[in-house]
Amino acid sequence: MAAIEMRNIVKRYGDGFQAVDNVSLDIADGEFIILVGPSGCGKSTLLRMIVGLEDITSGDMIIGGTRVNKKAPRDRNLAMVFQNYALYPHLTVFENIAFPLRLKKTPDAEVTEQVNRAAELLQLTEHLDRRPAHLSGGQRQRVAMGRAIVRQADAFLFDEPLSNLDAKLRGQMRTEISRMQRRLGTTTVYVTHDQTEAMTLGDRIAVLRKGVLQQVGSARQLYEEPANLFVAGFIGSPPMNFVPGRFRGGEIETPFGTVSASSERLRKVGDRELVIIGLRPEHFEDSSLVPAEKRPHGQIFTAEVDVTEWLGHELYAYVPYEAPPEVTQQLEELERELDSEQMRTQLVVALDAGSRIRSGSKAQLWFDPERMHVFDAATGENLTRDPDRVFEQDEPVSS
Amino acid sequence: MATDRKVSNWWTVWGLLILVWALFPLLWMVSLSFKDPDTFRSGEPTFFPKDWVWDNYRTVFTDSLFTSALRNSVGIALIATLLAVIVAMFAAYAIARMDFPGKKFLLGMALAIAMFPQAALVGPLFNMWRNLGIYDTWLGLIIPYLTFALPLSIWTMSAFFRQIPWEMEQAAQVDGATAWQAFRRVIVPLAAPGVFTTAILTFFFCWNEFLLAISLTSTDRARTVPAALSFFTGASQFESPITYIMAASVVVTIPVVILVLLFQRRIMAGLTAGAVKG
Repeated sequence: MAAIEMRNIVKRYGDGFQAVDNVSLDIADGEFIILVGPSGCGKSTLLRMIVGLEDITSGDMIIGGTRVNKKAPRDRNLAMVFQNYALYPHLTVFENIAFPLRLKKTPDAEVTEQVNRAAELLQLTEHLDRRPAHLSGGQRQRVAMGRAIVRQADAFLFDEPLSNLDAKLRGQMRTEISRMQRRLGTTTVYVTHDQTEAMTLGDRIAVLRKGVLQQVGSARQLYEEPANLFVAGFIGSPPMNFVPGRFRGGEIETPFGTVSASSERLRKVGDRELVIIGLRPEHFEDSSLVPAEKRPHGQIFTAEVDVTEWLGHELYAYVPYEAPPEVTQQLEELERELDSEQMRTQLVVALDAGSRIRSGSKAQLWFDPERMHVFDAATGENLTRDPDRVFEQDEPVSS
Repeated sequence: MATDRKVSNWWTVWGLLILVWALFPLLWMVSLSFKDPDTFRSGEPTFFPKDWVWDNYRTVFTDSLFTSALRNSVGIALIATLLAVIVAMFAAYAIARMDFPGKKFLLGMALAIAMFPQAALVGPLFNMWRNLGIYDTWLGLIIPYLTFALPLSIWTMSAFFRQIPWEMEQAAQVDGATAWQAFRRVIVPLAAPGVFTTAILTFFFCWNEFLLAISLTSTDRARTVPAALSFFTGASQFESPITYIMAASVVVTIPVVILVLLFQRRIMAGLTAGAVKG
């Protein structure tokens, strides 16, 4: 067990490409942290620097109080699960799990005992004599985890371990990894590009973009108080809607009408010519379904609904709108980075499944301006963010 | 369906034709080796012998010319193969996995050596070996065999090493292995099919080689079977040595056939199957 501290970690490749840029991150002992970001954001590189498979250009990597920059992977006592599992195909499942112990010249009796215990934990007992080639994807994944468990390593590192599994198995393995981590209480760093995994698995999430750390926090903090446009667009599905807006004399002009910006939260923004307003799809509602006492808090506007999708538990409606070119450019860039296929000049709203709004009709939609996030149009910084907001749900249950 | 069957029948016919074409010399060799050396040219010639006799084999194995050549062949081929495989394994690993200056040059040179005509080297080697005192010794043959076998071995093995995913080694390193342990416990077992293939190819090359074997030897001390065969004579000068030569040829062909049959599976088996997703 050990805490991992990263101080100003930089990774620059021989060709000058900067994969990781000045990342500082403290991971507490026993914490489960997720590194997330679109492909090429440097999250895997960072993980490989922790484990020692990649040299650190500058900065300090401190594991359990010792600086490990110059240590070989085998001296760091970490366990890693690779994306393609990297099982040894010429060895049986038993020997695969026993491999790290064999290298340490552990006595046979102890090897058998430890491997059997790990196999039981991972329900692999009846497969111990088989070879990796004869196992299913989920079983291979568990063997890779077994190899990590017997090590009694200071920390577990996962590099997109579920991306090779089909959707159903992925869900199962996700719960299994989570259960295992809680049971063993080992510090865990988990790299993924899948935001469902990111939101559900860890204690904290670190979002990376082009090698730069954007925000670190619990899933709720990232969802409710994103630091910038990038985090706001990355976390949440369907993604947050971004529309252009203008602050003028305590009022905000949006493509859906002018709303008052009198609340304390929105007043901090001040007068600004052009901002980007972010609103999550689920913060809209069909105005006819909004309770009368709630209605005055929000703003009602009329929208041309292009297409609707009924999903059973909710209804998605798509509303196209025109955006000024300055904003369009910024949003297009964001879209490229996030690899999203969402068309950004349309609004996606998630309505109650009972809504009677249909494709190609005009609809009265309601939203609460208090839920709006306001971003700087040039820098993308969230102007309404409360970085100190604490979510009670994140606090551990005291017992 | 009818046309399908017709097509596949034609393939069978073709296959048989090619098989006969390829096997005919071999059959002829075997058949000759069982014919009576005194009478095989008299009377009516037949493809298969009228009386199957073991005399030729008996004579061949009592002839010290052949037995010593057989010993030389086995010894030289095995030693050269072993050395070539060990050297090539390390060289190929370095080429496949590491970046060092002059890597391209090294590979290019290896290829150039493989292209080099052996005949051009025989004269100089003959003189050099005599001056060095290794003419007509095992060492005198093992050295040039290594030289000519290594380029091919390095190329084939580095291709095998490249197929092994990097993660295998990295996983081993994270699991606590040193570079040497990772190489010996993970990479070498995974490259085993490649090592076998290379070993067999090298062995065949050394086993069959004739030009250097006849030029760099003069006595029983180091003469290998292919060279020795050309020195076979009959019991008297009126007797043809053909049947003896054929018997000896059959004897030297057998190990090759056995090797191929034995290791065919091993070579084919994709040992890396299941290592990674796929």
